[in-house]
Amino acid sequence: MNENQEWPLFEVFIRSRQGLAHKHAGSIHAADASMAIEHARDVYTRRQEGVSIWVVRSSEVTASDPADAEALFEPARDKIYRHPTFYEIPDEVKNL
Amino acid sequence: MSDETRLRYVLRLADTSLVLGQRLAEWVGHAPALEEDLGLANTSLDLIGQTRFLLTYAGEIEGRGRSEDDLAYLRDQAEFLNLALVEQPNGDFGQTIVRQMLVDAFQLKLYDALQSSTDRRLAEIAAKALKETRYHFRYSANWVIRLGDGTEESHARVQAALDSLWRFTREFFTADEVDEAMARKQVGPSLAQLQPGWSARVDEVLHEAGLKRPADAPYPWHGKRGQHSEHLGYLLAEMQSLHRAHPGASW
Repeated sequence: MNENQEWPLFEVFIRSRQGLAHKHAGSIHAADASMAIEHARDVYTRRQEGVSIWVVRSSEVTASDPADAEALFEPARDKIYRHPTFYEIPDEVKNL
Repeated sequence: MSDETRLRYVLRLADTSLVLGQRLAEWVGHAPALEEDLGLANTSLDLIGQTRFLLTYAGEIEGRGRSEDDLAYLRDQAEFLNLALVEQPNGDFGQTIVRQMLVDAFQLKLYDALQSSTDRRLAEIAAKALKETRYHFRYSANWVIRLGDGTEESHARVQAALDSLWRFTREFFTADEVDEAMARKQVGPSLAQLQPGWSARVDEVLHEAGLKRPADAPYPWHGKRGQHSEHLGYLLAEMQSLHRAHPGASW
């Protein structure tokens, strides 16, 4: 490996239990996707955090522009009826 | 059960995992990348975990009240019965990973066979260790392939490591009276029967890595009989010094 050439960055998503969604856990460097899975396993699931791992090249992630925050998020602020706070959640329902 | 042979057999398994685990721990803080640092440390901790079960069991077989710590920290070099390969120095990352792949492939076959041991305790320890070993092998084999099939330099380095370490693998399959007695009681497998499976596994990796399998050669040290290379003494000195200076020290 060329010394100036670092391994590309991957974003790591871990599903902690069956039925839950994958959650962003952090990022790691790896030469390719299969090495990224192993690195993610070694770095982020040491304490039984996961049952499934996704990795994706960080360069493939498209992020929203902070400058657009007003246009994107402001309109939702005064629409409280969109929040599920007008009914009670039964105790048996977990992970909602 | 006063069973000197069984004790020696279990100590060989335990010491092989312990010394290899200690070797890998030497990489902590020095690995080529943070991710590999953690990978090597994870494998090291798995091996030391296996050691704890095995040494505890060895202490019970011996029946003199020695604990896992007593056996790990208070025995001298000639009493260690690990395979000589695992005490060989780390060298560069390539050498560490070649050593690891050769041992992982062996432990895969060994633990798989030990699952059906007539010794229930060993069978249980082997079943747990096998799951960990599958990951160790995947990790080390992938690296051997990447480095062997990598740049000219990485290829040359892992081939050199393979050439210098290969002769130690003969000890894996050379059965002595302990191995034979345990095979007769169906406590352990016949080592000769493990060899073809190991060989096929290793050949697969070497082929994909574009590495040449070295010729078999006589090996100079009989680690499992307590005859070690000059490297083990230094490793034990480092591993045991704290416990010997502060007996019973704990976190």
